[in-house]
Amino acid sequence: MAYDKFNIINSSAIPLNMDNVDTDQIIPARYLKAIERKGFGDNLFRDWRYDSNNEMIKDFSFNNKNYSGKILVAGKNFGCGSSREHAVWAIYDYGFRAVVSSFFADIFKNNCLNIGVLPVQISESFLSELFNEIEKDNDSLFEINLPNQSISIMSNGQSESFNISNYKKENMINGFDDIDYLVDRKEDIITFANKISR
Amino acid sequence: MGKTLFDKVWDSHVINKIDNGPDILFIDRHFIHEVTSPVAFVGLKSRNLKVLFPNKTFATADHNTPTINQHLPIKDVLSAQQVKTLEKNCAKHGIDFWGLGHKMNGIVHVIGPENGITQPGLTIVCGDSHTSTHGAFGAIAFGIGTSEVEMVLSCQSIMQQKPKKMRITIDGKLNSCVTPKDVAIYIISKLSSSGATGYFVEYSGDVFKSMTMEGRMTVCNLSIEMGARGGMIAPDKKTFEYLNGKEFSPKDEKWDSAIESWRNLKSDPNSVFDKEISFNANEIEPMITYGTNPGMAIPISKEIPYFNDSGSKSSFSKSLEYMNFKEGEVMLGRKIDYVFLGSCTNGRIEDFRSFASLIKGKRKAENIDAWLVPGSLKVLKSIKDEGILEILINSGFKLREPGCSACLAMNDDKIPAGKYAVSTTNRNFEGRQGPGARTILASPLVAAASAITGKITDPREII
Repeated sequence: MAYDKFNIINSSAIPLNMDNVDTDQIIPARYLKAIERKGFGDNLFRDWRYDSNNEMIKDFSFNNKNYSGKILVAGKNFGCGSSREHAVWAIYDYGFRAVVSSFFADIFKNNCLNIGVLPVQISESFLSELFNEIEKDNDSLFEINLPNQSISIMSNGQSESFNISNYKKENMINGFDDIDYLVDRKEDIITFANKISR
Repeated sequence: MGKTLFDKVWDSHVINKIDNGPDILFIDRHFIHEVTSPVAFVGLKSRNLKVLFPNKTFATADHNTPTINQHLPIKDVLSAQQVKTLEKNCAKHGIDFWGLGHKMNGIVHVIGPENGITQPGLTIVCGDSHTSTHGAFGAIAFGIGTSEVEMVLSCQSIMQQKPKKMRITIDGKLNSCVTPKDVAIYIISKLSSSGATGYFVEYSGDVFKSMTMEGRMTVCNLSIEMGARGGMIAPDKKTFEYLNGKEFSPKDEKWDSAIESWRNLKSDPNSVFDKEISFNANEIEPMITYGTNPGMAIPISKEIPYFNDSGSKSSFSKSLEYMNFKEGEVMLGRKIDYVFLGSCTNGRIEDFRSFASLIKGKRKAENIDAWLVPGSLKVLKSIKDEGILEILINSGFKLREPGCSACLAMNDDKIPAGKYAVSTTNRNFEGRQGPGARTILASPLVAAASAITGKITDPREII
């Protein structure tokens, strides 16, 4: 049992309408010096939230009090660059349970699934709908239904389905992780290692 | 149907397949460093797990270590604590730790190959996206997150969906002053920073065949910058020569049998890729980046392009605004402030040879702060042994000690806000080299030419 179970969430969302957001922006390298997984949320998007004098940058969406929620809606190729899992820890620690985009970088997506943040990949057009909806009504609610693999705009009922492997879906619903799975199969792994004996 | 190089290596490491899920992949070699490993060890402790095969994991300190006065204690409290934690974790679990001052110390992707730990046909992972570097030897090598580091420590395997396969072929002969870095940046500029996401890339063709191992490492290193998990090149005579006699390379009869099996590591003629792309070598010029991701790159003599509907206009504008560049501007001749030579991309001996060849007999420009950081202590030793240090000093340059340094600016090596750095590294992201720093990615030759003139300079004008 490794992380919270994920079933259905119903929440408003924070928009980040920008492409190619890399993990250096999500959490700059100078905040990676911890030896425990604690407090990373404080430095989520640090250099976009605060200027060099530590003043809040007003027009960044995270600093707009009208936006809140457990869902981050972001532009395409989200999470590219460094493999730092700290990026996902920061997103989780800040309070997000799901990230929605039209395209995710591979390592980032794996990292999300490994700690229980759901990456929801949708079409470009539906992503635009989401951004429009949030702009129209900051409090607009969205439902992410993992068992049904769907995301819906509650105000108008528009909905789209998303992909996730059965294995990862079961893991997320039950709060299991890959380590649990591998530890249970250690004997097979040792047998394999002996067979190839590299 | 034949198998690709990637299939051969991947399939021979699958312990088990899960229906509609990932493969369980056995990992031959695992590198760890101070930044992405501590939480994995915390995880082991909380689950009461041991390291399954300590001799398959190798540890170095590189990401946040200082590059001057390495013989003194690390001043930064948090960095010191992270390195100390790694040392303790390694001692507790019986893992080799090559800390500062150890003769094997250096950047994780430099020391793996130079000590023969990286070998053809292996699966290699590390909590660092530039693990793709090791693919230059015909290994499957890719970056992982910390949860996966914990999996490899505890179970020597990870669960991965098999990626799709892409082959990038470049035939012909490269033009003068066009280096492996330029080839890689050229490819990324054509494919974009997400053009290979979901794929594992094999590089083939004359250009990669004739490249040195160091050059192949530079190319494979940058695979992640177009979104690919990794890149690989079929091993050949050059690969075998490079590895022969290295500390961890197979010896005697084991060497002979290793070579025999490594010879099969190439894509069969009838194998099929999900995507095939090819370019001509003679189209490639020395390259340079103008924006805030490595795909925003142009031939050094060209103008910054106008926005062209690929991607979002606001991201493009934000990027140019950050760099204080304008559409249609020429990059050549722009004054710069810093030159950085180093990193897992271009911190190997060949990169220092290349830099030295251009600056020899010339003087560093007054306005330039130059940071030259070798990839490892072994690279540093070669720089001294080959007389390169003397050339550097005579031209007004200084050499620092090994580490990742200003590539990600976790240590004190930070480019100040607003300053321009021509950098041989891998990422020009906002703030990557320090808050507000403006990074221009280029080859060691472009870096050298620019260090001499103090401006963005085409090396072909200097040679």
